[in-house]
Amino acid sequence: MEGVLHQIVSGIATGGIYASIALALVMIFLATHHINFAQGEMAMFSTYIALTLLQLGLPYWAAFLATLVFSFVMGVILQRILLEPLANAPVLASVGAFLGLLLIFNNVAGWLFSYTLKPFPSPFGVGDPMFGGMFSRHELGSTVVTMAVLLSVWAFFRFTRLGLAMRGAAYNPVSSRLVGVPVGRMLALGWGLAAGIGAIAGMMVAPVVFLDPNMMGGVLLYAFAGALLGGITSPLGAVVGGVMMGVIENLAGAYVVGTELKLTTALVIIVLVLVVKPSGLFGKALASRV
Amino acid sequence: MKRRTVLAGLGSIAAAGVARPASAATVVGVTATEIKIGHTIPYSGNASSYSVGGKSHTAFFKRVNDMGGVGGRKINFISLDDAYNPAKTVEQIRRLVEQDQVALVFNPLGTPTNSAIHKYINQKKVPHLFVATSADKWGDYKNFPWTIGYAPSYRTEAQIYGKYIKAQRPNAKATLIYQNDDFGKDYLHGLQDVYGKDFDKVFVKVVTYESSDATVDSQVVSMKDSGADVMVTACIPKFTAQIIRKSFDIGWKPLHVMSNVSSSIASTITPAGPEKAEGIVTSNFLKDATDPEWKTAPDMIEWRAFMAKYIPDGDTTDGNYVYAYGVASLMLQVLKQCGTDFSRENIMKQASNIKPVSLPLLLPGMQAATTPTDFRPLKQLQLQRWKTNTWERFGAIIGA
Amino acid sequence: MPNIPPQFGIFLFIVAAAVLPLVFASGYQTFQLTMVVIYALSVLGKNLVTGFGGQVSLGQGAFYAVGAYTAAVLMDQWDVPYWATLPIAAITSGLVGLMLGLPALRLGGLYLALVTFALAISVPQLLKYKAFEGWTGGVQGIVVSKPDAPFNLPISSDSWIYLFSLAVGVVFFLAITNLVNSRIGRALKAIRDQPLAAEAMGVELARYKTLTFGVGAMVTGIGGALSAIAVGFVSPDSFTIALSLTLFVGMVVGGASSISGAIYGALFIQFIPNIAEEISKAIPGVVYGVILIAVMFFAPGGLAGVIANQLRRLRAARVVGTGRAPS
Repeated sequence: MEGVLHQIVSGIATGGIYASIALALVMIFLATHHINFAQGEMAMFSTYIALTLLQLGLPYWAAFLATLVFSFVMGVILQRILLEPLANAPVLASVGAFLGLLLIFNNVAGWLFSYTLKPFPSPFGVGDPMFGGMFSRHELGSTVVTMAVLLSVWAFFRFTRLGLAMRGAAYNPVSSRLVGVPVGRMLALGWGLAAGIGAIAGMMVAPVVFLDPNMMGGVLLYAFAGALLGGITSPLGAVVGGVMMGVIENLAGAYVVGTELKLTTALVIIVLVLVVKPSGLFGKALASRV
Repeated sequence: MKRRTVLAGLGSIAAAGVARPASAATVVGVTATEIKIGHTIPYSGNASSYSVGGKSHTAFFKRVNDMGGVGGRKINFISLDDAYNPAKTVEQIRRLVEQDQVALVFNPLGTPTNSAIHKYINQKKVPHLFVATSADKWGDYKNFPWTIGYAPSYRTEAQIYGKYIKAQRPNAKATLIYQNDDFGKDYLHGLQDVYGKDFDKVFVKVVTYESSDATVDSQVVSMKDSGADVMVTACIPKFTAQIIRKSFDIGWKPLHVMSNVSSSIASTITPAGPEKAEGIVTSNFLKDATDPEWKTAPDMIEWRAFMAKYIPDGDTTDGNYVYAYGVASLMLQVLKQCGTDFSRENIMKQASNIKPVSLPLLLPGMQAATTPTDFRPLKQLQLQRWKTNTWERFGAIIGA
Repeated sequence: MPNIPPQFGIFLFIVAAAVLPLVFASGYQTFQLTMVVIYALSVLGKNLVTGFGGQVSLGQGAFYAVGAYTAAVLMDQWDVPYWATLPIAAITSGLVGLMLGLPALRLGGLYLALVTFALAISVPQLLKYKAFEGWTGGVQGIVVSKPDAPFNLPISSDSWIYLFSLAVGVVFFLAITNLVNSRIGRALKAIRDQPLAAEAMGVELARYKTLTFGVGAMVTGIGGALSAIAVGFVSPDSFTIALSLTLFVGMVVGGASSISGAIYGALFIQFIPNIAEEISKAIPGVVYGVILIAVMFFAPGGLAGVIANQLRRLRAARVVGTGRAPS
């Protein structure tokens, strides 16, 4: 019994990793109606920037903030020079550009920072793990951070004019432009914010899985699955979906099918859920017009 | 019977080689001024962390050329990207053999990639030397007389661990975690070799992971719950480091025996936390560049000078550089042995007749050697235990 | 200049594709061209699903793997001749496609992308699974022998495999061209562009979507089977998610809703990595990524559209030049 509890707790911790990247995916989707396949690699790259700043001697939170600013600017610039020109092109062209970005970030990181695994510090100290070692301090701290990000994203879209304008710009650019929303600027802002959220995720994930250029490769798939399970339009859904992904995967691996097929099983479960509820657990069905 | 025929056949080939003048042999990829050597490694894609091997070899042969070359010739080293995709490896190796016309193929990386070219390269009779994979199948001199392995095989290594555990903990309740691919499976097989039908009794829990997984925390929890007091891990550094940290955090202290793939201090022990790794047992045949014990070793000093001059931006804590330097030194040894006859037959003959030689950066006492019936140059390992910030070697050098 | 029917151009192209390599290409170059044919076929299957069916598949590599393994297992376990493995590979990969087509009925857009992505991730795991190890060879994969030319034809094994693949490729390119120009093709286009309207007008959405998925999977699966014959080796590591992404790149570069686009896409994914590597060994991924993005800028709808435009302009110029009124 203790084993089951332990598997669930450990699944929640791992699921928190998926959730944090899933949040960035939801952010970019709400802001642009795209899934950015390079989101994970951008987060990884931001984390290397943070590590470089730390090695230069900056205190943790200063490096943290500086990385956020860097990532935001990087996101805005990428949107302006790469995605803006593709605004009127078929969606597939944007996806092609995302794949190009993914390759570029991965390769540049390996080239600049080498492929050697690097430890990344946690701001929450290394003290003794809690609850009989089930939860480390960092896991608790990063959960709090993820919750804070979730709340901010939710409040941003729910309560601010900017958030509303941004959703409008993504959902119906033509009408938005007519009512005076600067659509291009909104999309760029969305990219900046998503890159910032990704950077936070990267800095929270790296102390657990260690930093290397392929750190996010596997995580992105789980995050993608988690975001869709929860509903791609819902920040809360992304977090719940990500965490569920972690728990399902652990339980399936430990008790049902064995570790060799645990990913396959987790994915089958998600597909079944989506067949029953196509818009995800918390998502809104997107209306189509003829 | 079959074996004897083949051996007799090999004997007659060797005799023919001696009897006939060298000019009758196939000399491809060699001119009066250069020797062409081919190589493949992933420079792009998910496995591109190995690309430092190609970088190191390129620099190594540049140094050989700077120092006057070998056999009066410069080495033209052609290293190509296969992205760890077997179909691409076939394409690139065919380019090297058919278009670039290399004299030999040296140290191509990966088990599936080398498997894809194994048959082709033997049909073409191109020396396929010192492959960068420690799978068990690369020393098959009877069926694949043009392919030679290099490092001790994972299976052999696992057998050594199995015997060690059997001696240390005769009543062990053990658990194993391995990467679900050819590398990890070899450890499963090696341990099964030692324990035979008792394997399922002794190993109460066997779990796997995929290299794309984010964490292996769940597996560590399962292994702890099995009540095992011995844990064998056949994982790459990222996951070994996670296992070391997680088992420490949950207060589980089994006898931890790990694959030497993860023995790098910089990649595994430092990220996990050196104090959490206390007591881990593994084996090795190479020196660790970050181990203070080798600070003043002459070969280490020579290697550092090489790195500083030829790869100044290279990360010297990356164990792949150490590995590459050793195997390239063995290649150089074979070329020197060839004298001035660089026919493919003679290259193969020399590569399969290496008198015991100690290579730079091998642990003290270790030697590389081959004979026409032994295509595994390195067969020795020594056990080592992590003790207060360094690897402490113990026991004799184990030959396999 | 007399009016040449477009069929004649295609015929010339096929003859040239068959004859020129036999005369001019080395064994290694013939192998590269074989891979182009194989990739073209695989990308074509993907175009059918995405470009014509309007359904995003991120896991086309899975069907390629099913086709390749079907061929390899048949040759390895039961000594089935290589040519006879193709129909069986077509059936298995087509069936897997149909099975996936079922959830595709309910899930559109991103969700289908996830399902196919998940399939591509799962396939290597399933290939390694111990229950199938007896057939698949587990992590070690399967080595198969390359066929020699039949009837004592005086050509090399490489040339024969090339001609064989080319013949299969031509058959399927012509068949798919006919398919998309038929009533089914028009229905597909209607579904892609205006799904709700199409359904209202009586197009059976479900049936066509499933069908497209199945046929697309089958065509890609045949590409996979040919790859097993040409490469002579299959292993789980041959069919990672990278393969699916490669085929995806082939599709967007060539042009998703174009038949000829599959050929341009195949040329891209076969040769651009080699060029990227020539330019820089340190950062081939960056070079490849930059070229990919550049193509997206230059030809957002794929190279096929741009090339077709150029050809049309060329022809128009010639027509004007000869003083004849454009028809």
